[in-house]
Amino acid sequence: MNKLVHNELLKLFRKKRLFVIILIIAALVPLFTYAQYQEVKTTREKLGNVDWRTQLQQEIVDTQNRLSSSRMQDDWRKYLKIRLAQQQYYLDHNINPQAPGAPTFMRVFVENSIDLLLPLLVMVVAADLVSSEASGGTIKLLLTRPVKRWRILLSKYLALILSVSFIVTASAVLSYAISGVVFGYGGWGMPLLTGFSTSGEELVTNNVHLIPQWQYILMEFGLVWFVCLVVGTLTFMLSVLLRSTAAVMGIMLAALIAGAILSNMVSSWESAKYLFMVNLSLTDYISGMATPIEGMSLGFSLIVLLVWAIGGLVVSFAVFTKKDVF
Amino acid sequence: MSQSPALSVKNLRKTIGKKDIIKGISFDLYPGEVFGFLGPNGAGKTTTIRMIVGLIKPSSGTVLIGGKNVQTHFGDAMKDLGCIVENPELYPYLTGWENLEHFARMDPSIPQKRLHEVVELVDMGNRIHDRVGTYSLGMRQRLGIAQALLGNPKLLILDEPTNGLDPAGIREMREFIRFLAEKEKLCVMVSSHLLSEIQLMCDRVAIISKGSIIRVDSVHALLAEQERVVWKAEPLEKAESLLREVTNVTRLQENLITLYDENQIGKWNRMLVTAGVEVKEMRTKLPALEDLFLELTGGEHIE
Repeated sequence: MNKLVHNELLKLFRKKRLFVIILIIAALVPLFTYAQYQEVKTTREKLGNVDWRTQLQQEIVDTQNRLSSSRMQDDWRKYLKIRLAQQQYYLDHNINPQAPGAPTFMRVFVENSIDLLLPLLVMVVAADLVSSEASGGTIKLLLTRPVKRWRILLSKYLALILSVSFIVTASAVLSYAISGVVFGYGGWGMPLLTGFSTSGEELVTNNVHLIPQWQYILMEFGLVWFVCLVVGTLTFMLSVLLRSTAAVMGIMLAALIAGAILSNMVSSWESAKYLFMVNLSLTDYISGMATPIEGMSLGFSLIVLLVWAIGGLVVSFAVFTKKDVF
Repeated sequence: MSQSPALSVKNLRKTIGKKDIIKGISFDLYPGEVFGFLGPNGAGKTTTIRMIVGLIKPSSGTVLIGGKNVQTHFGDAMKDLGCIVENPELYPYLTGWENLEHFARMDPSIPQKRLHEVVELVDMGNRIHDRVGTYSLGMRQRLGIAQALLGNPKLLILDEPTNGLDPAGIREMREFIRFLAEKEKLCVMVSSHLLSEIQLMCDRVAIISKGSIIRVDSVHALLAEQERVVWKAEPLEKAESLLREVTNVTRLQENLITLYDENQIGKWNRMLVTAGVEVKEMRTKLPALEDLFLELTGGEHIE
């Protein structure tokens, strides 16, 4: 099996697919870095000459005043205490919350690319894994070897998993390395709030707590990896079903973009939450953004995506091992 | 032929929807022979070959390669098989050598030195290290054969091996196929829609039309049986009756057709001439297989 995976990786590598993806990320990250930098600059200008420490101090005093008020619900009080601890940490460790370091940039980058950019890059690799063999005719040589069909498909899938891991790692490394030039490389230990959940219209803050940024980023990249793998698996299935790589890409592209559009539209169409493409923004659950449809949670989205991926795999293997190759 | 067959096809059928594509064909191939698989385009040659190599699942019937069933013992059966189905399609972005390495990795029983052997065998020289995208069709055909020979197969299946080659390439291919059968004792199955090709390189031939095999026989037997002489003579009736005394004669419009017999043909001619018949034309019918083919298939289109 190692040798089969070796073959698949060799082909991927020689088709320069991974190289192109690295190039795309390397081209986009400086773009985003510049945008982020401009934003920071504008915020700074708005504040004028006020030192950020003075401002943070002021915020802390505000929070303390609110906490001392007796007419306050317990969970809100708890939330404010956590906020206070966060602000105090920033002040103590001399961290300007308005001026992000490279880890913060990584975090923002990954949160914004989880539902479209990274799945698209994964799609580029996964789309022609099988369909290119069919359209190029090489599948005839591949399937007349003393190797069972399911092993050939499995080797391709393993190559896909490795590519997904590579793409996610590469985007992490590149976004850190490139943005660090502008923002500096520090800020791994910065505490961040997480643990939000929604119940009906309300934001539930009961479980909110602080975790260091490195842990936060690690969690987010884990989720990104999972999302990319699911999108990759579904693209892989289409690649088995269709001969034309362009058709595979077209369908997948339409699905992903439809997901982005639907997320803004479907709040009252409840059963849409079972579509894989509205469940891609897993990082939103960590940062506490509102969900597109009521009743969605991290666990729910993970399960929906998992079911789609397993379905995709079952279809891929069932079709590939049975189908007549013309 | 008392050897065990290299390939045994028994009652192979393929039905797609309600249409019978292949209607139950059977034949056996033996080591050391070149077997021609002849039929017009669309007769089912490629479908049959794809069923033999396991790309298409037969609706019924069995394929045994070296005695091993392709359906139930796929891996074992494939070890004895090398094939090119239709065009030799290899990875254009890899070099010839990398393509060979790629396919060698799929069968652990292939030693590294076998790669050098097959490159030597198909005489690729240094071009083997160029990207396949830069190869000519003839070069790709050679590489295709090299990859087919990697696993030391007992059976080599080549689908339209001379398609698209220039005359020199066709000749070379023909000699190479004969070489493989005679010197390496391979069983080679060659499909073609070109009669002349089959006639020149095959020992036996199966003629397939509309999904059925019409006839399997040695090329010699088919040709010998078929070689005829066409006569034009004046007066026709007299010539016909004279010839009828010595051989079988069929009259076709203004022509008389007799069997071709090298020893007799001169005597028959003298007999006609001495009897005062003016012989205007005598010719043997060529290529003979083509007529046979038309006769057998009832005039289906053939190139």
